[in-house]
Amino acid sequence: MIDWAQLFSNALTEIVNPTTAAYALAALGLAVHFGYTGLLNFGQAGFMALGAYGYAISTLTFGFPVWGAVLVGVGASIVFALILGIPTLRLRADYLAIVTIAAAEILRLIFTTNNFASVTGSANGLSGYKGGFAALNPLPEGSYGFGPFEANAYDTWLRIVAWTLVALACLFVWRIINSPWGRVLKGIREDEDAVRALGKNVFYYKMQSLVIGGVLGTLAGMIFILPRAVLPSNYQTTLTFFIYTILLLGGAATVLGPIIGSIIFWVLLSFVSGFISRAVAAGWLPFMDSVQAGQLRFIIVGLALMLIVIFRPQGIFGNKKELAFVK
Amino acid sequence: MFAAIGAALALSLMPLSPANADEVGTDQYDYVFAGNVQYNGEPLEGVTIEVSGNGYDAEVATDADGKWAIGVPEKESYTVTLVEDTLPEGVVVAKGGASQDREFGQTDRSSVNFFLGEGVRETTSFVNQLIDRIVNGLNFGLLLALAAIGLSLVFGTTGLSNFAHSELVSFGALMAFTFSVVLAVPLWLALPIAVILSAAFGWANDAVVWKPLRKRGVGLIPLMIVSIGLSLAVRYTYQFIYGGSTVQLPGSGQAQMQWGPVSLSWIDISSMGISVVVLLAVAFFLLRTRIGKATRAVSDNPSLAAASGINVDRVIRIVWVLGGGLAGLSGILWAYFRPGVSWDMGFQILLLIFAATTLGGLGTAFGALVGSLIVGMLVEVSTLWIPSDMKYIGALAIMIIVLLFRPQGILGRRERIG
Repeated sequence: MIDWAQLFSNALTEIVNPTTAAYALAALGLAVHFGYTGLLNFGQAGFMALGAYGYAISTLTFGFPVWGAVLVGVGASIVFALILGIPTLRLRADYLAIVTIAAAEILRLIFTTNNFASVTGSANGLSGYKGGFAALNPLPEGSYGFGPFEANAYDTWLRIVAWTLVALACLFVWRIINSPWGRVLKGIREDEDAVRALGKNVFYYKMQSLVIGGVLGTLAGMIFILPRAVLPSNYQTTLTFFIYTILLLGGAATVLGPIIGSIIFWVLLSFVSGFISRAVAAGWLPFMDSVQAGQLRFIIVGLALMLIVIFRPQGIFGNKKELAFVK
Repeated sequence: MFAAIGAALALSLMPLSPANADEVGTDQYDYVFAGNVQYNGEPLEGVTIEVSGNGYDAEVATDADGKWAIGVPEKESYTVTLVEDTLPEGVVVAKGGASQDREFGQTDRSSVNFFLGEGVRETTSFVNQLIDRIVNGLNFGLLLALAAIGLSLVFGTTGLSNFAHSELVSFGALMAFTFSVVLAVPLWLALPIAVILSAAFGWANDAVVWKPLRKRGVGLIPLMIVSIGLSLAVRYTYQFIYGGSTVQLPGSGQAQMQWGPVSLSWIDISSMGISVVVLLAVAFFLLRTRIGKATRAVSDNPSLAAASGINVDRVIRIVWVLGGGLAGLSGILWAYFRPGVSWDMGFQILLLIFAATTLGGLGTAFGALVGSLIVGMLVEVSTLWIPSDMKYIGALAIMIIVLLFRPQGILGRRERIG
């Protein structure tokens, strides 16, 4: 029989899960890129990988403190954004898409190769970098929260930090989008030539947007590795497409859309895949085994992405008048 | 040549012992390759063995008993290599080659043996290695071109950057596997069936997904994101049906023959022959036939083509059928080149296909051919200098650099880059 209580409580835990926060933050970065500026960045996984490896390598190899490791990751992602932006921001949108996806793959291959194994851990990845972050924890040992949300001191501390970061990032993005600068960005999305005719340097604005969204992705990459280890196989292009699904689910040109989108995405995904794997274990779906039940989630995400784009391109919270896809 | 004396190495299933210096990853992973390197009954110490494949690499040196073991994360096919430079003077791998593709059988442990013999290590000169790599690169480039032309024609006629094109490539190989292995149809029949089914799959892609969306007037960027969703869903459906393992098509892994400095198997030669014939046929189709000319006209300017009486929908349908068939054929050849059929094999070269079309000029069929040959050669030749697990980096980096200087690609025209 199916343990419904466990199933629901697992799904509810996703609401506060730091991983949900990490995806939300990465999707918020994409909202700046894609939703507000119209930049088709398919390399958000690369920005996240830079955050993850930047933090882990500077902690493990160079012994940096937490703030130093964070700065290294952010610095790396700014450089990465500049390298990507200079050749492609003058070209049509799909060129940026192909270049960013290729650059993210290059990063992943570099992190996976055996040649730098002493620094990157190659395919086995890295672990053991959490000490510095755990040491900052002001909470005494013990258990916090209630019901399904109960967690130990480290996890609670991580949840607080992750969601505070998400809240601050939302505030920041909301503020810059509702400023003259943000209006120029939206103008670029709607009609680049018109903005250029007003004397704005479109290339500059796009570059700033690319850097800001990329840094948000990098911070997301750091949150992402704090509950787990750094594994290069996590940063495949599938990660970027999951984030796109979240973004489009919530609404590309919204501030809260990516956050709510991430929560809905993970709660639903946890519920559906939990239900299917339990149903398989209970023998309700005799044509499937447990491995196949795990693969089903990717099929569901793929179909969801198609259906959202076709039937509700503005997302749940978006405004049909303010579509990210104008052309 | 080798004087292969009956030196060899005893098969031994070693007892499971805790990790030593001669064991890597055996604590961590369940699946283990192990062996025992001996020459004339004497164990050889300090011989380096490497395992690579499925994104995993490890190496180990044999201990005083000549034993070694390497744990690997998946029950899949891996390449196990004995580094010949670490053998004592005058000893070489006599039979079977220093690199072997190995899989696991029923057990979680697989013994790998290298047959050592007396002989002089043949050091191939750099020029010979280069020629060998170039010919291999040509082979790879030609099969990429088959896939890239379909992608490029679809882009040219409909404006869609189709990320699900890789699934058409996998489809061909999976169908070839289904018919030749699962249903035991003879190969000469199974492969044409697979190509025809791929063409039908290309048509179905258009009829079920893309044509209705074109009719709805969905924009190009949403279409691109739909293709990503489609790619995810279809790719994992393949995994759902066929599982995560790598399987071989009949006749793959044939012995390679020496043609001067170049070593090629009959499979490689026929693969290149098929590619060249098919590419010439496509060129003839595009340049000489009415419908081919119509295709190029639609690529140039769909509205103008429609106004001059060309049935644009029909042209697009034909392009999808052609693109699907070419991609399927490319998938079969890729299955022999890798070698192996797996659910994500098309996705592994998707970015190379994109790099090839972008490099040659998006939307130009002949640009895709030129771009593919460059990408194929670059990937293979670059392994002379950079480690083989980084060989795709060169091609992707070149694409980015070319966009810096010539964004329209090699054969593209300026007005396309907007």
